Amino acid sequence: MSEERDAIDRPRDVSSGPAGQGSSFEDRLSAARRKQGLEAPRQDEAAANAGVGLSASQGSALGMGMRVGIELVSALAVAVAIGWFLDGWLGTRPWLLMLFFVLGGAAGVANVWRLVSPPKPPAK
Amino acid sequence: MAAQGQAIDALSQFTLTPALGVVGSSVNFTQANLFMVIAGLLTIGMLVLGAKPRAIVPGRLQALAELAYENILKMCTDQIGPEGRSYFPFVFTLFFFVLMGNLLGMLPWAFTYTSHIAVTMALALLVITVVTVVALRIHGLHFFSYFFPPGAPKALAPLIIPVEVISYLSRPLSLSVRLFANMVAGHVMLKVFATFVVMMAGAGTIGVIGAAAPLALNVILIGFEFLVAFLQAYVFAILTCIYLHDSVHLH
Repeated sequence: MSEERDAIDRPRDVSSGPAGQGSSFEDRLSAARRKQGLEAPRQDEAAANAGVGLSASQGSALGMGMRVGIELVSALAVAVAIGWFLDGWLGTRPWLLMLFFVLGGAAGVANVWRLVSPPKPPAK
Repeated sequence: MAAQGQAIDALSQFTLTPALGVVGSSVNFTQANLFMVIAGLLTIGMLVLGAKPRAIVPGRLQALAELAYENILKMCTDQIGPEGRSYFPFVFTLFFFVLMGNLLGMLPWAFTYTSHIAVTMALALLVITVVTVVALRIHGLHFFSYFFPPGAPKALAPLIIPVEVISYLSRPLSLSVRLFANMVAGHVMLKVFATFVVMMAGAGTIGVIGAAAPLALNVILIGFEFLVAFLQAYVFAILTCIYLHDSVHLH
């Protein structure tokens, strides 16, 4: 799965110790191959993968559906738990729970949006 | 005919029982602990024995060890950046602990320790603690600006900050529930269809023919479970990397 990210042309420090030799050699090799036209530049694909991160590995629709469901529910569960404990602590029984229920729903939607949103431009 | 009156019992496979006889039961050493130890020994054994030959053309075990090492290292440096090297041991250990748990669970009579929410939740809490500590060490109190994205209107701060904090706190839950739910669902499904096979085969000649369908399905499911075992370990590791990226770079 990660083979597709081979072509990410990231400036890497070459002098990062003995362990760095292998990958920097790969980088120089692929750069040289690109210069000679032996390897098609896959910049667009690499950029897309770097931004999305996980969506490349989670190809199946079932996996995606499961992820979305878990993100939604876990944010809601955490928020409801926070609201419940704050209520018990401050003695404001229903109110904070109701507030955090709404906030948790919003956080769940924010999680899902982060999961499916188009990749951000690299200039951040 | 003994199995006739029984309902399908798909959940007893997750019960903990003491392992290693009297010694184990006196210190509450369960079979989950035993398989964790086995997983650790297998991983260490693979790496030590794989690194031993130091052949230029690697043998099978050395190729396995090298592939494992290089792929996780690449995952770290791709996702986190050049700083990812410092977190490589952590991600590597997590990945192999989860992977070995998932794969050992595929053996007959073995126990899947990743099918317990206590185990996966402990792992996820470890991840989130490490991620937060790393962010606090690198960025200090500036870390808390993570909860307010730059460029958002200031008036929305009372709304955005709680939502972002809840979203951050929901990470360990989603991380652990994903792994736990996948493992439990897979093993329950296998058990249910295996019970169908036994029940139908017990119902006479027609039943034996009918038992072929759930048996075939189980064969497919076993293959699918191997995929899930690898995929969930990979997802766990790569999500750890993504969270580490967030804490190293913020935003």
